[in-house]
Amino acid sequence: MANLGPAYYAPYPVATYDGLLTPPEGKALLLTDIVDEEVAMREVARVMLTSENATIFPGPQVLYAWSDEAKKKATLIKEMSEVLNAKMIPMYDYRPKYPKIDPEVEINPNHPNLTIWHNNIKAAIFIGVHCHYANVALKIVRAETDCYTVGMCALSGHEDAMATIRDQHSEDLARFIEIAKEVKQELGK
Amino acid sequence: MSIKDMTKEKNWSGQKLVSTDYLLFEAPREKHFMTGSEVTKEAIKRCTVDASVSYPITPQSEAAHLIGELWAEGYVGMYFRGENEFGVMSEVAGCAMAGARTVTTTSGPGTLRAMENFPMWSGTRIPVQLILMARGINSPLTIQPDNLEVTFMLETGCMIWYAENVQELFDMIIAGFTVAEMPDVHVPIVTVVDGFFVSHTRESVMLPADDIALMPYDPYRAPLPPIDSEMPPGRFLRDPFVMKSNYISYATHASWQWEVRSAVDRSIPYARHFLKGLVHTSGDQDAEVVFVACGTASHQAKEANRELTKLGIKSKVVKLRTIRPFPHAELLEATKSAKYIFVPEFNIVGWLDKEVTQSLYGKSEAKIIGRPRVAGGMSMPVEAILHEVLEHINEEKGA
Repeated sequence: MANLGPAYYAPYPVATYDGLLTPPEGKALLLTDIVDEEVAMREVARVMLTSENATIFPGPQVLYAWSDEAKKKATLIKEMSEVLNAKMIPMYDYRPKYPKIDPEVEINPNHPNLTIWHNNIKAAIFIGVHCHYANVALKIVRAETDCYTVGMCALSGHEDAMATIRDQHSEDLARFIEIAKEVKQELGK
Repeated sequence: MSIKDMTKEKNWSGQKLVSTDYLLFEAPREKHFMTGSEVTKEAIKRCTVDASVSYPITPQSEAAHLIGELWAEGYVGMYFRGENEFGVMSEVAGCAMAGARTVTTTSGPGTLRAMENFPMWSGTRIPVQLILMARGINSPLTIQPDNLEVTFMLETGCMIWYAENVQELFDMIIAGFTVAEMPDVHVPIVTVVDGFFVSHTRESVMLPADDIALMPYDPYRAPLPPIDSEMPPGRFLRDPFVMKSNYISYATHASWQWEVRSAVDRSIPYARHFLKGLVHTSGDQDAEVVFVACGTASHQAKEANRELTKLGIKSKVVKLRTIRPFPHAELLEATKSAKYIFVPEFNIVGWLDKEVTQSLYGKSEAKIIGRPRVAGGMSMPVEAILHEVLEHINEEKGA
């Protein structure tokens, strides 16, 4: 499971149904494989740099959190978007939007597929989204779109993303940016 | 003493804060002689518990009452009595949503009265611990050992662990908080024992000193921010009418339900570590006669194993420590030598037999026999187990 692409009329089961769990500490999950963090970072950078409309979805933990770490992360995420040539569409909060979401300006965990469909997003990084809402959104996105999803998580990671890197704090994001710069140069982007 | 007395080294009652590994595996232990209810008190005493709510009615185990004593002694932060079981389980949810490490106990029909709350607990991702001292459900009312209520709990989205004896109950309560509070798990844990057989029976138990305790719960590592009344699931707790409206998609509800079950699955590596395996096997590893059981039934199966050894018949006992998550891989591995799998149970429906049969369907050629099965407070004499085994392995001769 956790392969790229829509599951159409059998959108579930989810990744754990096939035995995929969050990666152990110090490791990352790339599709169905547990790999070294740097291997995952390189692949994430490559996918983001070579996919149409690559987008970063920053969540409340980096948008509003009142801590120095959140400030550092927010600054780094902005830099990350520039290095990856990626757009940013925020997940402002988790409230369902009525009467409907504006998919050009936000993504929402209750119907994340609408934003991805509308903007034809083929690769996306979820970062700063609380784990439960990230997981709810990632399951829907994987089931209903062909977007390559990446979970960059400060805690344990997200097995329903195509790539997940866990325990990502500001120093790890800085390392990812450096790796992304190298990959960008290799790709001539 | 109050939460303001908490430091990085000590909790509000002055106990030194230690890791779960230290508390479970490294701290020196001394032998005591206690009932399941008493050992529940001892476990809670070492868990830096913020809140407990109870509805102690007669006939109850003493566990809820003893947790109240812990509050009076300054070990539990908050303790109060609910109006009924539904109220208790709702109030427990409120405590946990507010960021408190919370515990309660129940059994039998009270479990069913509170039933709506359990899937609400898992859906709101609260790491509450419910200690379920099973005692069956029927009319006329039974207060006897029987674990029928567990079948109702199986699909609530809660983790379900099953302790065989007083020692396992103590250790599981401590491990239960730890695993339930992992950020990628963060669902309720139901720690089950067979009422009376364990809750009221005094056994030897090894306990660490009571001047050490678990690190406090950190609600800032929860997978949800504090729930407000506009955000699901809080919105739907407040306003159920919107559940079927266009506020959120059906896909969200489906994904949410899967996420709760995924969270239970994510507990597997943690449970393997803290419980030292999801299953425990004893007896002859290559035996064709295998008992799969949990709780007191596994104890009786071990007695049967000893008697069968005297008769020259090899057998093996596979005790399941976790029911949710169900240990599919471990069960398959542990039963690979089996020609006959017996599932002895203390309930009339054979819920564990159904679980085992479903898990092994198409994967094992063993004959699965959901016997012996007793209910309503009956004991399960070893002779009853031997009778079933001999009937099946000597088909022509009988027992």
